[in-house]
Amino acid sequence: MNEFFAMGGYGLYVWPCFALTAIVLILNVILPRAQHAALRREIEAEWLEDA
Amino acid sequence: MANWVWFHRLASAPSFYRTAGKLQWWFGVPAAVLMAYGLYGGLFLAPADYQQGEAFRIIYVHVPSAWLSLFVYTSMAVAGAVALIWRMKLAEIYVTAAAPLGASFTALALITGMLWGKPMWGTYWVWDARLTSELILLFLYLGVMALGGAWDDPRRGARAASVLAVVGVINVPIVHYSVEWWNSLHQGPTVTKFDQPSIAAEMLWPLLAMALGFTLYFAAVQCTRMRAALVDRERDARWLKQAWGKA
Repeated sequence: MNEFFAMGGYGLYVWPCFALTAIVLILNVILPRAQHAALRREIEAEWLEDA
Repeated sequence: MANWVWFHRLASAPSFYRTAGKLQWWFGVPAAVLMAYGLYGGLFLAPADYQQGEAFRIIYVHVPSAWLSLFVYTSMAVAGAVALIWRMKLAEIYVTAAAPLGASFTALALITGMLWGKPMWGTYWVWDARLTSELILLFLYLGVMALGGAWDDPRRGARAASVLAVVGVINVPIVHYSVEWWNSLHQGPTVTKFDQPSIAAEMLWPLLAMALGFTLYFAAVQCTRMRAALVDRERDARWLKQAWGKA
């Protein structure tokens, strides 16, 4: 297992690449979904005020 | 023109909103499956490279990111041309929604490339044609983003962004062919030599899965981003009430 994480001595280069990619891809899923949900809440609240 | 009916329907805001809401899952779920296989195959099934050892595994995030950095920009240029010629609102939204995603992939390609370059070339960075043109690609994305938000009227911003998207596409073939046109530390193409890819099958399949997975991932997230942008622009439209079941 340790051997796997060592990546033949290149672990310090390999793992940051995978970790950074994972973080960026996950954020790019979460942020637009949160933005859409926030917009919907905001607009629906405006409708309630107008009604 | 009966065969254009689907196009006009998709191009209308309410039906795009509905269709993209479904498409984000039809793209997103296969993307997750392909990327899970690609990750497993790249980390466990593929043997170490005979020259680069385990460090070559960076390829499984570097190449898909670099591929998407070019693919997204090219698609933005096409959408930008459509936006400028036909004044199509959804094409404008495509351009401004895709730019931050393209910038993310370009930044990932650059950073993972630097982390690969350090142990393999002995340096994080050289100002050679491939690295420099990819850095220019990042600046083009940032320029499109800046222009898109530079006017109070989002349509004016999107049109300015579309002009830069179209003009800047000249950089895409420069990035792609840079390793053939100029001397570079960067290695030449491996996968796109389709007649005989110079890579073993156990290494290649996870890479292809990752590349397709990243592409579908982009399509899924782009659907989500375009939906949010459309809602923001059309917040007073009546179709929103119907879409959210409040009519």
